[in-house]
Amino acid sequence: MASRETPEVNGGSLADIAFLLLIFFLVTTTMDTDTGITRLLPPEPEENQETEVRVNKRNVLVVLLNRSDLLMVGGEVMDRLALKDKTIEFFTNPRNDETLPELEAQEVQFPPGTSSILPPDGIWRGNVSKGVISLQNDRSTTYGKYLQVQNELVAAVNTLRNEFCRLYFDKEYDDLNTANPIEEEIQLGIRKIYKMNISESEPKSIGGRN
Amino acid sequence: MSKFRKKSGKGLQKINTSSLPDIVFMLLFFFMVATTMRETEVQVRVKVPEATEVKKLEKKSLVSYIYIGRPVAHVARMYGTEPLIQLNDKLVSEEGIPYESIQDFVLFEREKLPEADKNKMVMSMRVDQDISMGKVDDVKQALRRAKALIINYSAKKEYRNQGRQR
Repeated sequence: MASRETPEVNGGSLADIAFLLLIFFLVTTTMDTDTGITRLLPPEPEENQETEVRVNKRNVLVVLLNRSDLLMVGGEVMDRLALKDKTIEFFTNPRNDETLPELEAQEVQFPPGTSSILPPDGIWRGNVSKGVISLQNDRSTTYGKYLQVQNELVAAVNTLRNEFCRLYFDKEYDDLNTANPIEEEIQLGIRKIYKMNISESEPKSIGGRN
Repeated sequence: MSKFRKKSGKGLQKINTSSLPDIVFMLLFFFMVATTMRETEVQVRVKVPEATEVKKLEKKSLVSYIYIGRPVAHVARMYGTEPLIQLNDKLVSEEGIPYESIQDFVLFEREKLPEADKNKMVMSMRVDQDISMGKVDDVKQALRRAKALIINYSAKKEYRNQGRQR
């Protein structure tokens, strides 16, 4: 009696059950990952704080988007696709032009021994731009256009950072792993050299009444 | 001649299906792991713009969503067709600039985060591309006032032919 074998369970319907579950998960799955452009908002000004900051005129590039989605950069009407190159020129000022932003000699410490071009102590010496981009939009500007312009500005800074990273560290800027302290230090250093200096003005109406 | 006749005479061979459950289970586990359940119903129509410089949003737990767009049909019957703001899952009915709703929303969402992450909260702005900036500026001002400063303009990846690499 005790030696009786346990009857085998019929596994034929296992596939049906699994299929049922599979179809349920297939239907409920959404595979979209959230992507977007991350930006920092300026903090709310304090009550009695002087908001006026004097900036040299040559250091500011005014980007205006009017109510009919026309783009004006530094006083001239411009196509969106030309904005990136204009921004790169503005931030680098390759010929030390009088009308482009001032350059300031600076030293940035990178982790020693990570780059073959930098001196052994890992200090980068060079010029950092003082330029600031001032982005202004109208209340009637469409959001899509606004984001395209933001995108071009961000793209310009990203290109500069990427170029630098490729030249000195033989790597893509985006591939730097922030979990690794050395690579994080590299990233912070590059951010000091090419700052994301995009300021957004307080909202107001420009280009006629609404 | 006899070669052919032999084969056709016996009928179809049975396929061994004993490994079918294994295959199906493998697929099942894949989808179970990849699934994220959608918990909010979006009541406004949002078609986010495209951009080339998009990055993936890490750490979903830090993210709260703000939708701005024209309401979908059954909501429009109640609220009209003007653009509306939706905070995670509830529509904002406040008139004018929604300072209070957004303030409450930010406080509520911040309360849910662990202490160390409270200042890392990300506001994901899922805004329809045809909405005018006035509404978006209002929300941004409200967010500044509520001290939620990290925002993410939601956008789809755009693949552009890079003609010239600098």
